[in-house]
Amino acid sequence: MLSFILRRLVAVTPVALGVSVVCFLLVHLAPGDPLSAVLPVDATQETIDAMRSAYGYDKPLPVQYFIWLWHVLQGDLGTSISSGRLVVSEVGRAVVNSLILASVATLIGFTFGTFFGFVAGYFRDSALDKVASAISVFGVSVPHYWLGMVMVIIFSATLGWLPPTGAGPDGSGNWKPDLEHLRYMILPAITMSVIPMGVIARTIRALVGDILSQDFVGALRAKGLSEFGVFKHVVKNAAPTALAIMGLQLGYLLGGSILIETVFAWPGTGFLLNSAIFQRDLPLLQGAILVLAMFFVALNLIVDVVQTALDPRIERG
Amino acid sequence: MTTVADIRDRGGPAQPLLTVDGLIKHFPIKKGLGGKKAVVRAVDGVDFEILKGETLGIVGESGCGKSTTAKLIMGLIAHDSGNLLFDGETIGSRALPMRQFRAQTQMVFQDSYSSLNPRMTVEASIAFGPQVHGIPTRQAIERARSLLARVGLEPTRFAARYPHELSGGQRQRVNIARALALEPRLVVLDEAVSALDKSVEAQVLNLLLDLKQDFNLTYLFISHDLNVVRFICDRVAVMYLGQVVEIGPADTVLASPSHPYTAALLSSMPSLDPDNRTQVAPLAGDPPNPIDPPSGCRFHPRCTLAEPVCSAKVPPLDTVVDLHRVACLARQPGSGHSAANALVAA
Amino acid sequence: MAGTTTPATAGIDPAMGTTQPAPEAFVASVGFWGSVGRKLVRDPVAMTAAAIILVIVVVAILAPWITPMDPYRGSMLRRLKPIGDATYILGSDELGRDMLSRLMMGGRLSLFIGVTPVILAFIIGSGIGILAGYVGGWLNVVLMRTIDVFFAFPSVLLAIALSGALGAGVLNSIVSLTCVFVPQIARVAESVTTQIRSRDYVDAAKLSGASTFTILRVQVLGNVLGPIFVYSTSLISVSMILASGLSFLGLGVKPPEPEWGLMLNTLRTAIYVNPMVAALPGLAIFIVSISFNLFSDGLRSAMEVKS
Repeated sequence: MLSFILRRLVAVTPVALGVSVVCFLLVHLAPGDPLSAVLPVDATQETIDAMRSAYGYDKPLPVQYFIWLWHVLQGDLGTSISSGRLVVSEVGRAVVNSLILASVATLIGFTFGTFFGFVAGYFRDSALDKVASAISVFGVSVPHYWLGMVMVIIFSATLGWLPPTGAGPDGSGNWKPDLEHLRYMILPAITMSVIPMGVIARTIRALVGDILSQDFVGALRAKGLSEFGVFKHVVKNAAPTALAIMGLQLGYLLGGSILIETVFAWPGTGFLLNSAIFQRDLPLLQGAILVLAMFFVALNLIVDVVQTALDPRIERG
Repeated sequence: MTTVADIRDRGGPAQPLLTVDGLIKHFPIKKGLGGKKAVVRAVDGVDFEILKGETLGIVGESGCGKSTTAKLIMGLIAHDSGNLLFDGETIGSRALPMRQFRAQTQMVFQDSYSSLNPRMTVEASIAFGPQVHGIPTRQAIERARSLLARVGLEPTRFAARYPHELSGGQRQRVNIARALALEPRLVVLDEAVSALDKSVEAQVLNLLLDLKQDFNLTYLFISHDLNVVRFICDRVAVMYLGQVVEIGPADTVLASPSHPYTAALLSSMPSLDPDNRTQVAPLAGDPPNPIDPPSGCRFHPRCTLAEPVCSAKVPPLDTVVDLHRVACLARQPGSGHSAANALVAA
Repeated sequence: MAGTTTPATAGIDPAMGTTQPAPEAFVASVGFWGSVGRKLVRDPVAMTAAAIILVIVVVAILAPWITPMDPYRGSMLRRLKPIGDATYILGSDELGRDMLSRLMMGGRLSLFIGVTPVILAFIIGSGIGILAGYVGGWLNVVLMRTIDVFFAFPSVLLAIALSGALGAGVLNSIVSLTCVFVPQIARVAESVTTQIRSRDYVDAAKLSGASTFTILRVQVLGNVLGPIFVYSTSLISVSMILASGLSFLGLGVKPPEPEWGLMLNTLRTAIYVNPMVAALPGLAIFIVSISFNLFSDGLRSAMEVKS
């Protein structure tokens, strides 16, 4: 097992390096000079040159990359242009908020998705299957930012039950685990949970259908095993894949929550990205994307290892 | 057998159509994180000749390198070393470029479904080869239809069908027609009838015999089924772990095998004749790993005649009688094997 | 028989089969797509979805000539009229422009920025994937490892990162979304091509002396494009949502052009005044997105039955 983890780590290293290259190049994709946003319009050529060499922009790209990478590896993601604070601390705060929201959403999505998926797969082609399938198609087709708006319209604007935006009553940027903060989380979490729910339900349905059509299930039934016993076998066989999808969905939500976080003004990474883009705060944009992508890579790795540990059929050798 | 003068014939009837000389193919595989390099010795020094107009059979268990040998001959995979001569010329040389060789050599594969493009009608599949060689579409289609008729498929009924609309036997007939469309001299049949039902298999075998006559073909017939090989082959080569262990006239080899492996293969075949029950113990266990084959004679761990000398000495492929050659120390006088010493004494 | 014919024409009788007109070769795929079409027609869900898509596409194309009112002209006096208003059937927006007209016009841009990336990615991704799959070897390793890097980004994040770096605009949003889908399509194309490449009929075509290009064109392409196409249609739904999402964030279409995502954004302020009207553009995205999903599902199951 240890050698398997080591081999996965080795395999993931080039991907991680590639991700860092992409994040580095993002800044250079941007039209104009990365400094144009900070420099005053009437800056003299001397000032510009001085700034360029201070930020290292006068060096050739590969050199800039390695300097940048060296800083990143030491945990230095640079300084935010708009706030002047360290990118690491800005991103760190946002990641915590996003992670809380995404985890709750994944948990909700996983619970309902698994339930619908199991029902649909178990009673294939019944009315229940049709309903569950419809829900999962809804989940993967609905524009989630619109769903968020609809939720706000219904539960905040019309019924007035829940707050429409923000993470807490004080309007501050930190979510705390208390009842008042929980009320702020309900709408965004439910909205966000719809995406993984559809995907999980679809996958579980196909998985359960596959397992039930296999010979060993027929053999179990022929042996006189109760339906509950058969169900237990199905769960055991479906669990590794289901958990893997859940892990990946968490990663997708963390990186893909920008639209929902914008709708609900949730102070997470999405919100941070949004402001970084519109203030053309490129170091912040770069740092946030690097952290999120690396998080996703790490999550993939963990899912891979956990799935292998759980599933005896996957070879570790 | 009537021999017809073929304008493409170079060396006359005495020159073998295909000469395989010291053919070697090792597939590299990586083992573990450190990447200790290992190789699968799929084909490890194979020599044989196919004479003009004959059918040479290659038999052996799965994994012995039969199919790899066929693919190496056809140039579908590149060999590591060895020589391949077609009618006296090295394949791929300036005198015989690969494209020219392939026009004279075709292959029929085992899986009749996988060997036909599912999106093409039967006649389009057959006509593809001639079209590639510059024959106009119309004529190529005409040739495809007459070939369909020749392999026993009524063109008006079958020409426009898709592979999934045919039975396995019909598909294999189409594959044979496709192989013949380029008018080859040598046809490699790689387990071409193995996937068919017994009754269909017999029909296709008879068709192959007829076609061989009519088109002046030479066959390389690869199979694991000794009954089929006995029926269709003039000579047979027995392969074990990437090497030929016995080769000779089919009647002789299959009636009185000289190599204990051939004998074991024969005895593992069920016989309906009670007087013809086997005397030799059938094969035990699986063939050893071709990554790390046994030393000396590769068959010695499974051989009933094995003696210490067998693990020390590699047996050469030596003549027993006339064209019958075998690679077994027990059959080679002076090899140090006790059975061989007995041969000398006798 | 054997003694009388020369080997060059042995057994081949050119007269055979001439009673029928010789059909074109290489048109075989018609048979496959024909049967897929027949199955698809019998699928009521897929047909309904197709009909909805067709109607929306036709309306979008004809929009400049058939909108009941000028989608750009607003009226400060008639802002945020409710649905069912005498003049404004679907109400009016925050600047007093007719919602129905704007939704019809908005379909043009929304469909354009949603579907174009998938078409571009289909062309580029298929090219990369088929090349990697067919050539194999080190080229495959280089191309597919590069693609793995893009898989390390969740697609929404990648789209927003690229668009954010490139800056707002229709072209930039199409470029970023294309970059999001190319790796996904390339990966599918690579795996399908690798499978097909190992089929015996490809070997048989090699043995017939065909060039690599001919083999790709005649033997491989017809068998790989189908699955890649189906996969690509399943991406249209995501692409529509993302493209409108970029506009929603202000990274795509710029006002005053009507586009569903952008309209949804500008109407956010109206959710307390006229929630139904505010939600309309999102409903349009949802309908198109779900229709593409259902149609793609139908197409997939129609193609699955055989092969």
